[in-house]
This record gives sequence, structure tokens and C-alpha cells, in this order.
Amino acid sequence: MKYKILIVGMVLLFGLSSVWAQSEPEESDSVVIDSAELFPAPVSDIKLSDKPNDHGHAVVVTWEPSADDGGGKNNVVQYEIYWSTSFDGPFDTAGVVPSGTREFEHVGSKDPDDPKYIPDNTDLFYQIDVVTADPLIRTTSGTEGPVQCSGQWYNTGRTPVLIAVLIFGLLTAVFVTSARKGRKLYVRPIGGIEAVDDAIGRATEMGRPILYVLGLGSAADVATIASFTILGRVAKRVAEYQTELIVPTYDPIVMSVAQEVVKSAYYDAGRPEDYKEDIVHFVTQSQFAYVAAVNGTMLRELPATNVYMGKFFAESLLLAETGSLAGSIQISGTDEIAQIPFFIVACDYTLIGEELYAASAYLGREPKLLGSLKAQDWAKAAVVILAIIGLIAANLGWDSFTNLFQVVD
Amino acid sequence: MRRQIPFALVFIFGFFMIFQFFVPHETSEFFYEFLLDWIIVIGIFALALGIWSLFKVSVEKIKLGKEGAQYSYVTLVGLFLMMAFGFTQKTGEGWGLYFLWIVLCGACIVALMRLRASASAGSKRMWGMMALGLLIGAVLVAIFDDAWAFYFYTQEGLSNSMFRDFFDYIMMPILATMFALLAFYIASAAYRAFRARNLLASLLLLAALLVMSRFNPFLPGAEYVAKASNWLMNVPNMAAQRAIVIGIGLGIVGTALKVILGIERGYMGKG
Repeated sequence: MKYKILIVGMVLLFGLSSVWAQSEPEESDSVVIDSAELFPAPVSDIKLSDKPNDHGHAVVVTWEPSADDGGGKNNVVQYEIYWSTSFDGPFDTAGVVPSGTREFEHVGSKDPDDPKYIPDNTDLFYQIDVVTADPLIRTTSGTEGPVQCSGQWYNTGRTPVLIAVLIFGLLTAVFVTSARKGRKLYVRPIGGIEAVDDAIGRATEMGRPILYVLGLGSAADVATIASFTILGRVAKRVAEYQTELIVPTYDPIVMSVAQEVVKSAYYDAGRPEDYKEDIVHFVTQSQFAYVAAVNGTMLRELPATNVYMGKFFAESLLLAETGSLAGSIQISGTDEIAQIPFFIVACDYTLIGEELYAASAYLGREPKLLGSLKAQDWAKAAVVILAIIGLIAANLGWDSFTNLFQVVD
Repeated sequence: MRRQIPFALVFIFGFFMIFQFFVPHETSEFFYEFLLDWIIVIGIFALALGIWSLFKVSVEKIKLGKEGAQYSYVTLVGLFLMMAFGFTQKTGEGWGLYFLWIVLCGACIVALMRLRASASAGSKRMWGMMALGLLIGAVLVAIFDDAWAFYFYTQEGLSNSMFRDFFDYIMMPILATMFALLAFYIASAAYRAFRARNLLASLLLLAALLVMSRFNPFLPGAEYVAKASNWLMNVPNMAAQRAIVIGIGLGIVGTALKVILGIERGYMGKG
């Protein structure tokens, strides 16, 4: 009997609990109604402006964060920014940023066919949603706008660069004029360049060719342009001494320019009949295939002198070590910082960085070129002085001085 | 006039490039991108000149019987076969007479090179006839074999298994081998660089040992070694590098200005 009462009691208990469980949704409904309190406060003080120093098609949106972002209910997860070309919408998503953010750059495409296209000189309107962990619980701000974006004709963030270029240009003009008037300018000796003549003489005496490598740079690289000048000097001397010159190239445009340079050098030396188009020839545009071809030339032809001038990458040591093994005198010059140590180790003479650019002036000894070289030296002195002042200013917290040199893209 | 026009072009476009750096406007961007496109167009035409140069030099080597002339055969046959692979693809399941066509093409190229290299008239006639015969054979196979086709304007040729396999299983391992040689060259170069011949070389050796051993956890006092090597890398090394970088930057600006203003004319063969 007791068991029966116990079983009936348990059944009743389960029944009551199930009734109570079914009544829970009603309580839940009351939570939804109460969740109005969970809606976060909207953002305030929305400001829209055209993104400065750009080509247009971009708007900067700033706002004061929701009162519930980091305080209050502290339930803000992210802000969703919407945009439209009409005050009444429809609004498209511009972007999403995490809580704590106060600014968003809406950068669009300039291509009208792109879905991300933002038209210039057109009224644009924005809304910002404050979103909680539950995406349904969010608060939308009022519509803000209009704002128009447009491209600028001057990037004010690059003013320090413009000033530096103008000062440098002025220095160059002053020193070139001064040199033209006959002022003697001292240029310190550059070992690598002075060795070029000796190296060509050595090749002539040995009856072996000279190998000139222009590197892997394109004709648009300044290092390659500097190398063309040195190649011209080397080719002229080679033509005078009637030595053989080999110039394997990596880039077909570089090949075409180098052919013109060498041809002119042979004409200037009064030996146009010695010029052959094959002196400068194309090899390949594959880095290591180029290395294999040039190394093969070194080991077969055994050049007396190898000159490496221009842009070099991983192939620098592969070339220079092979040349060293072949017993050639080697002169190198590059502006690639990472490759300079390799050349220093494997070559007899190395032009470090800017010496490559100074080489043409040093070889030519023309007043105009020496003048520009002198301008470079003065600019370097100015950089050193400014670096020292900047160091002191940074340590003393004089931000106004260091900010003068800040370049903003 | 032959020199004035290039100088004028360099001046105009050089200044435009400086100008566009400071002008972010869409119009400036348009002209900048337009000029960059021209570089690509010029590059494509120059590539044809490059291939012609490679062909001429290789044939010349064969003609003169220079050392390593056999490599010129490999170069030219490889060049033309890869071009052939890249422009052809099978139309169905089988390859038909495709491989016969490849062999005929390869043999025709070799015969043409031998023709160019021949000195005597008899030899020239023999190689000429052979090249012509092989060419006719290759053309006939190309016309009558429907198992494969040429694709000049579409990308089918790039998915030709011959094209991909030659690149993946011949070219790539060879390039990787060349790159791998760098490890041995670094070892030999390091040996030469780190010989303690004088005080400075000894300091260099010491610095190198410190930097090389910074990742060795079993070294006694590894923590101090790591700190010392980090200091070497971040202070004296970085200072020297930045000095070089500043010099390079000024050198680039100086050279660019000289080129634009026509002071530096070395790239035109006029120093």
C-alpha cells in the first residue's frame, strides 16, 4: 500500500513538474518583453567627412561610442555601419568594427561595375547599429548625412617629402652651377671604380674576356640605370683595348638599352667595326636558370674580370663564388642591403650602396655630375644633423619637432 | 633629334612620375596606371627581341663550334618544344600522331641549326633538304591528325600535360638544385670571411659565432648569448644598415633627378 501511495505521489510530482515546465515559456515570454532593457544605447555625435588625401570614393565615419560600450550594461559587441545614396535607404553594409572603436573608413572602389563602388560628388547617408551578442538585440542610430566624397589634387601628408625633394633639387642646382663655373670639387677615391681600369688592363694582358652582369633589375630600377652608365665606361675602355666583352642579360628591355649603351661606347672609342650585337645578349627571365647560364659562361670562358653592378638577389653569392673559383678579379656594386655582405666576402672590390650611384660621376669627372654628387653629400650631412636633433627631441618629448617629419600616406 | 626626343620624353614622364606621387586624384592615378600598362606592352615586344637574341647567340655558338655548343641544341629545342606544348592540346582521349609531330619539330629545329652552322655548300644543301622534309612532315601531321589541335587565343595549351610535366618535373627540380647550391657557397664564403687574419677579422668571427649560437639552447649561458647577439643585430648592425639605406635613398633621388634633368645620359650611351 505504501508503495502504491509512493508511486502515485511520484506520478503526481512528475505531472506537476511537467505542467510547471510547460508554463516556463510564458515566463520566457516575459523575459523577451523585459529584454527591451537589454537594448544598448545608440551611438551619438556621428560625424561624416570625406577621406583626406585620397583619390575619392571614401568616407570617414566617426562617432561617440554607445553608453553601454565598456560601461552601463556593457553588452556591446560590435558596430555595424550602413550606407545609402538616399536618406530613406535602402541601406547597404559598409563595414563592421568591434566595440570600443570610434572611427571607420568606408573605402570603396572607383570602378562603377564593382559592387563596392562609392560614387564621388554624390550625397551619401550613414547609419550605425550598436549590436550585442544576440544579433537581434541591436539599436540603430538615426540617419546621418549627407556627405560627399571626392579626390584631392594634393596629398598634404607628403609635404615633408616635397620639401626634402625641393631642398635637394636646389642643392643640386647650386652645386652643378658652382662646378660649371670652375670650382674644384673633391670626391674621395672609390677603390672599386679605380680598380675597373686595372681590371680591364689585366684582361687585355691575359687575352681573356670581361664579363659584365647587370643584375636582375628592370630598366626602371635606378640601380640598373646607374649600371648602364658604368657599363658605358667599361665598354669604351674595352673597345680601346680591343678586349672581349660579354654582357648576359636577364631582362629583354635591359638588353635593348645595354646594346645601345655598348654600341655608343664602341662608336665613341672609334671602333664601331668591333661592335657585335651578340656582346649584349638575352639569356632568360628565370632567376636560377640565369645563374646557371652565367656560371656556365664563367667556367667555360674563364673571364679575367667579372663586374656585377645593379640589382641582385639570391643569385649574388652563386655568381660571385663561381667567379672567385674561376680565378677572376671581381668588382661588384648593389643597393640591395641583404646582398652587400655576400659581395664583400666573394669579390675583390665592392661598391656599397650609394657608391654605385656615385660611380658614374666619379668615372666621368664632369662638373655637372660631380656637382650633383656634392649635393648628395650635403644632403647626407643634413640628414645626420637632423637625426641627432631628432634623437634629442624624441628623448625630451618634443613631439612638435619629430611630427614635422611624419609622412602620412 | 635622335637624342632630343628621348630626353624630352624622359623629362616629361619623369616629372609626371614625381608629380603623381603628390597628387592622389583619380586623373593622376589613371595616367599612372596607363603608363605602367605601357611598360608591360613594351616588355612583351622586347621579349621577342630577347628570344631572337637567344636564338642568334645559340646558333652562333653551334656555327663556331664553341666549347659547350651542345648546350645550345638543348636550349633551342627546349625553347621551341615548350612553345609547341603551350599552344597545343589533345581534342579527345588519345594523342594520335602528336609525339611524331613533336619529334619532327625537334628534328627540324636541329636541322635548321645545322644548316645555319654549315660552312660548305654541300652540307648546307643536305641540311636544308632535311629541314624542309621534316617541316613538310610536321605540317602534314598537323593538318591531318585530328587527335590534337592548336590553341593560340585560348588557354587550353597551358593545361597540356606535356607542358605542365616538363615544367614541374624537369624545370622545377633543376631550379631547386641551383638554389640549393647556395648553402654550400655560403659555407665556403663564410670560411673565407671568418678567417681571423687581424683584429677586425677576429672581431667579425667573434660576432658571427655569437649570432650563430643564439638559438642553441644547450649552450652554457644561452640566455646571455641570445641577449648579446640580439644587441649586435638590433644596435650596431641596424645602425650600419640604416646609414647605408639613407645613403641609397639619397643616391636614388640624386640619380633620378640627374636622369630627368638630362645631366646623366649614361643609359643612352652618352656619359
